Amino acid sequence: MSERPLSVTEDELHAYVDGELPADRRSAVEAWLASHQDDATRVAAWRAQAEAIHARYDAIASEPIPARLDLDRLTRQRRSWKTVATAAAVAAFVAGGAAGWFLRGATGVGPNGFEIFTTDAIDAHKLYAVEVRHPVEVPGSEADHLVQWLSKRVGYELRAPDLKRLGLKLVGGRLLPGPTGAAAFFMYENASGERFTIYSARSNAPDTAMRYNVSGKCSAFYWVDGDVAYVVSGQAERDELSKVATAAYEQFDPRTSRKGSSS
Amino acid sequence: MTIPALRRYARSLTRDAEAADDLVQDTLVRALRSEHLFHGGEIRSWLYTILTNLNRNRLRSLARRPTLTVLGDDDAPDMAGPEAGSRDIERALASLVEDQRAALLLVVLEGLTYREVAEVQGVPIGTVMSRLARARAQIRSFLDGERPALRRIK
Repeated sequence: MSERPLSVTEDELHAYVDGELPADRRSAVEAWLASHQDDATRVAAWRAQAEAIHARYDAIASEPIPARLDLDRLTRQRRSWKTVATAAAVAAFVAGGAAGWFLRGATGVGPNGFEIFTTDAIDAHKLYAVEVRHPVEVPGSEADHLVQWLSKRVGYELRAPDLKRLGLKLVGGRLLPGPTGAAAFFMYENASGERFTIYSARSNAPDTAMRYNVSGKCSAFYWVDGDVAYVVSGQAERDELSKVATAAYEQFDPRTSRKGSSS
Repeated sequence: MTIPALRRYARSLTRDAEAADDLVQDTLVRALRSEHLFHGGEIRSWLYTILTNLNRNRLRSLARRPTLTVLGDDDAPDMAGPEAGSRDIERALASLVEDQRAALLLVVLEGLTYREVAEVQGVPIGTVMSRLARARAQIRSFLDGERPALRRIK
């Protein structure tokens, strides 16, 4: 029996060059090329074309991105949960997971900056609470480091409230762009996997008592204390969420936190 | 990495830095306004799809103002790649029909799979293969010197 290679189609030659050839056809194509000079020349020419195309255009992908293509700027005009989710997905993809979250609440845009603040917090909750693999940047096991890092970035002394009393364990946290700069984000989880998040950033809104806000399945308690705002979000009933928010409030409150600090 | 890659793809399609960034901007705006939510890996193909379609529309509206272009006249000094070779490949790409050019660039430059390109272009894989084959043959003959002197941009 002679070992003549079976005939190879042009499609297979392209697939070979583009890395799409099924593995079991590879040796057949290589044998074919070894004995068919014309096709070998064609394949070499296609590869040279690909190299020339990369040589010409790859540099553009390393240029700094012009300001007008900044996702943050592009998303500012229209804010809805869908926009936010899509933008966040695009941003996460764009950043390759490095930053993940490019959105920033538009400072001073719209009638109520504080509304935007809570919307940001709830959006962040919706986005990250469902995350299985990467819900946080720094895990709860490194709580000290997390709190130190986030405090430094938001510019005031933070703590990660201890919510063990309510059966909540600190999953961890991440840094997010907030309405007025950096925002800190803590995530907690109970034994059944239900998640609560606390979002905190500087705010120029006047102090408020605790307020309640519902957005779809999510609800949030929020308040402003001094120049810092807090939003506690979750998918729980109002009563349950209220307990979490109150516990967090007590620990954030500078008047009570000194004695009961357990960060 | 998407925006840099989209800019690269747009530039290779248009050969015009300004028009390329316009395309990327329109693509992002369109994507952000879309009513769809996207999950994972689809985003990339989806963005390439929007950009490819927008470019097709752009060319269509340019075509309403027909111009006769002499290939080679637009060889302004090239900042990014001063070597002659880089201008040759640019002109070779410019000699392709739009759908062939997009198919080739998506596969070769952007590393999309045939299946993804089929999705982006809304055609069967067989059509992608034949666009790719034609594009490669045309570029080869262009670079071998069989270039037409004049070409009407339609």
